[in-house]
Amino acid sequence: MRARVLIRPKAGILDPQGVAVERALPALGFAGVAHVHVGRLVELDVEDEAQLDDMCRKLLANPLIEDYEIQAVS
Amino acid sequence: MKLGVITWPGTCDDADARLAVSKVAEPVALWHGDSDLQGVDGIVVPGGFSYGDYLRAGAIARFSPVMESVIAFANAGGPVLGICNGFQILCEAGLLPGALLPNKDLRFVCRQVDLEVQTVSTPFTSTCEVGQRLSIPAKHTTGCFFGEVADEQIVLRYAEGHNFNGSQDDIAGVTNAQGNVMGLMPHPEHAVDVLIGGSADGLKLFEGMARVAVV
Repeated sequence: MRARVLIRPKAGILDPQGVAVERALPALGFAGVAHVHVGRLVELDVEDEAQLDDMCRKLLANPLIEDYEIQAVS
Repeated sequence: MKLGVITWPGTCDDADARLAVSKVAEPVALWHGDSDLQGVDGIVVPGGFSYGDYLRAGAIARFSPVMESVIAFANAGGPVLGICNGFQILCEAGLLPGALLPNKDLRFVCRQVDLEVQTVSTPFTSTCEVGQRLSIPAKHTTGCFFGEVADEQIVLRYAEGHNFNGSQDDIAGVTNAQGNVMGLMPHPEHAVDVLIGGSADGLKLFEGMARVAVV
């Protein structure tokens, strides 16, 4: 299975990258941008997709500060 | 009495940590791929960029063979001091509460900071007084502390005007609930000789560690 894991800062966690991007966009003339968050994308092939959640909790994300979302890539 | 200093690929402060240790104990170089702690009485997890900070600072280093031994050593009550990247590794390993986020202004900052000792009931600060100020350099990009931590686990706070990274409640250093594992972002190993940097305040933490490690 080809999987895609999206990792983003938890709500309420300081996200200076998101803030910086949110400020930069209007400076370039893009109006109406809000709630920008910058995270990570991990793509991987796995034989046993049941292990993905465990992989996320143990290594790919830090559940204390990050949310993750597992997507199947067809 | 022997204090071990662990080296990972990408660690850069291990030599200074061994130098600091040599002023209070016999330093022992430990390699991340070797689970043998060589009978040390305490462990320093030094700073740097283990595994290039890939994924998250400390995320990969915490799975090194040596860490299983460090976790067992810490759970048995042995003193463990994590500095900067070492602090990040101990948090990722679950030995310390919380996590380190990118500095609030996203910049690498290198400066001397003043820290205030919050408690002296840890081995590391047993040589200090409550409220004492320690002048120690800090140098990092990912040092903004975040986490749920009990008041008595907060060992060091940045003095007013010195919290450059945005750490919650000005927290610069914490311990585990038992008090035998400590992590801090500033670098006490770089402040052990007044000739360099003008402060030897960092030595106090090593002296405290060595004092308790003698059993």
